[in-house]
Amino acid sequence: MTHDTLLILSTIILLLPLLGFTIIIFWGKRIGATWSGIIETSILGIALILSIIVCYSKLFTFASEELIQIKFTWFDFGTGGIKVGIGLDNLAAIMLIVVTLISFLVHFFSTEYMKGDKRYSRYFAYLGIFTFSMLGIVLANNFLFMYVFWELVGLSSYLLIGFWYEKDSAANASKKAFITNRIGDLGFFIGIMMIFFTYNTLMFDEVFEAIGNGIFPFDSTAFLTATGILVFCGAIGKSAQFPLHVWLPDAMEGPTPVSALIHAATMVAAGVYLTARIFPMLTAGAFIFVAFIGAITAFIAATIAITQFDFKRILAYSTVSQLGYMIMAIGVGAYTVGFMHLVTHAWFKACLFLASGSVIHAMHHALHHLHDHHTDPQDIRNMGGLRKKMPITYITFLIATIAIAGVPFTSGFLSKDGILAATLAFAHLSGGGIYWLIPLFAFSAAGMTAFYMFRLTIEAFHGKPKIKAAAHTKENNFQIVAPLVVLAILSFWIFYSINPFDISSGWLYQKLPAPTTVVPAESQWNHLLPINDKILETQHNSHSYANLFEEEMHHQHGSAMILSILIAGGGILLAFAIYQFKLANPDNLAKQFGKLYKLSFNKWYFDEIYQKTFIGGTVLLSKLMAIFDNYVIDGLVNLSSLITRGISYFIGHFDNIVIDGLVNLSANITGFLGLMLRKLQTGKVQTYVIFVIIGIILLFYWLW
Amino acid sequence: MTINLEHYLILSVILFCFGIYGIITRKNAVMVLMGLELVLNSANINFVAFSRFGGLNIEGHVAAIFVIILAAAEAAVALAIILNIYQNYKHINVDEISNLKE
Repeated sequence: MTHDTLLILSTIILLLPLLGFTIIIFWGKRIGATWSGIIETSILGIALILSIIVCYSKLFTFASEELIQIKFTWFDFGTGGIKVGIGLDNLAAIMLIVVTLISFLVHFFSTEYMKGDKRYSRYFAYLGIFTFSMLGIVLANNFLFMYVFWELVGLSSYLLIGFWYEKDSAANASKKAFITNRIGDLGFFIGIMMIFFTYNTLMFDEVFEAIGNGIFPFDSTAFLTATGILVFCGAIGKSAQFPLHVWLPDAMEGPTPVSALIHAATMVAAGVYLTARIFPMLTAGAFIFVAFIGAITAFIAATIAITQFDFKRILAYSTVSQLGYMIMAIGVGAYTVGFMHLVTHAWFKACLFLASGSVIHAMHHALHHLHDHHTDPQDIRNMGGLRKKMPITYITFLIATIAIAGVPFTSGFLSKDGILAATLAFAHLSGGGIYWLIPLFAFSAAGMTAFYMFRLTIEAFHGKPKIKAAAHTKENNFQIVAPLVVLAILSFWIFYSINPFDISSGWLYQKLPAPTTVVPAESQWNHLLPINDKILETQHNSHSYANLFEEEMHHQHGSAMILSILIAGGGILLAFAIYQFKLANPDNLAKQFGKLYKLSFNKWYFDEIYQKTFIGGTVLLSKLMAIFDNYVIDGLVNLSSLITRGISYFIGHFDNIVIDGLVNLSANITGFLGLMLRKLQTGKVQTYVIFVIIGIILLFYWLW
Repeated sequence: MTINLEHYLILSVILFCFGIYGIITRKNAVMVLMGLELVLNSANINFVAFSRFGGLNIEGHVAAIFVIILAAAEAAVALAIILNIYQNYKHINVDEISNLKE
């Protein structure tokens, strides 16, 4: 297999979902609903197989080559052409499998879940273009393609979140998602413009090379920091980071498999992926910004998730929290574990969401069976006791819960443990102080994650059915259960590292070395700089680490592991104590922590604050503008029209009286003369003869 | 008393004036035509008088005969016109035939 075949295969993977989209959107009615589902699912199946082939060849056959890419000039623009292309490195190769596998499972799941929907075939078309856009982001090797597919992801998420647009809440949620994303994208776009202005190219490798050669925007590393932060703004929007995280929980209005797709692989992962892509050009300042955004997001979202009652909303906040983890990991410089958490999180979060889809599907059918159309099938206060009714869903959900809580022997433990070690290492190396907040947020979020995930599990699956419908649920059929099993199996440690306690010995870790930073030494963390001979002299061991940070991470590994096990265990025990064994009444606890409870239950009032400040402010500004328009602008326009009318009135009269008068006067004079002279013209020959004779006589008289 | 050129010319002038008077004052087209003939004849008298007393000789006679022939032709054409006018208007009053005005 050569480079060209690899790139051609990647292009085919990219274009397959688009092909499915085109077929279904144009001929969906003719081929029928069932067949469109089958076509799209099998297309994704083919793409998955191709992705596995591509990924395997990239990771093992072409292991020595960092990046295989193709560039071509798309269009000429001013002095130079804009180059685009696709590239394949280890990051992209692994991401290809994540996207196609989850997308395939979601498609497969949806064939049953969406059965009977009136826009069944269109749903699959949308899924297709969603997957296509995400694959485009994965394969892009330049900022332009990245941005184009970035916006396509935004568009397709808009279509899917608002898929049931008859519901107002769904329509509003899709608008909210789209607009919130646009805010982040604005920063992204400005960042891209700054890069293009400075480097005259948008290719990742060329930009990084230029930075390495000491070329900065406006010749200042401060602006390099700003550029990094601006590009990261795109990730804040897409990956639902604080303060733009508000759209993600509302995006639950879309069909549940779509939520699984958005939360696991396609949309929110894009932000983390982008941050990983621009990792080499981030400066110390940008890293701190990224790390704090991630830590704050992880913490806030975890606190909110504790008190929610909607099954999917809890999962949504857990996603926000986990995304915060990934961003934070990249922000502290732990590129590898951050991205690994994206991969492991993709499996168990997809599993959790598809399991929630399974539960909701079953609840919905049970409620439908009982002719109850008012009870919310997503509220965990209506569930309970589903363990016996839906054993497979329960077991898979439990495995994913254990994984997300960070219990040993799961994939989640591996990656989360790495991240926690990284935050500790960062706090140590960066000189402590305010930077200890990051591990503090990280560890407390880990504890809360364990707590609320087990709260959800216990409330929904354990105990006795709380309403009649919950007792009438039954396990779903093969199409729904099979993806759950696949994803649950992928949540075990064995796929990533043989040693369940040490991620750095696993193959995935080895295949994803952090890219070397290109930022000049004075504006980068010392511990992220590559170790050269001078630094090596001060080292007491000769173990080969790429930089001081990785060494420190290794040192912090043991303590981080013990701490994280203790905290996760504490969270789980607390959840069991409160919800399983009823050692404390949750309602009393809620009353006791009244203010905190309300803060968390109302999601820290973010929506209300945004409603009051930004939306209210915008509305107020619009109103002021409207008043300004109505009175000042319209007034000016009316005034000028009034003046013009006045002038015209006078000019009109001048025309009518003076000019027309002159014209009429001359006409009248001519007419009068004509009237006079016509009397000579009698038509009588005899008269003419008289004139002739008079004329002759006069002639004679004068001539003589 | 000898009759010389002045007498002929005075006769011719009187005849001419009568002719013009007839043309202007008559309403009947035939009478107008007759006035015209008088004017022509006064011219003839002039021709003949100048050929007798002036240096015109035979050319004066030829011109007079030519005028007579012309008068005959003119009378024929004019009478034909008058006949047509009569057919159209049922009269030959030249005062009322003023279509030229329009």
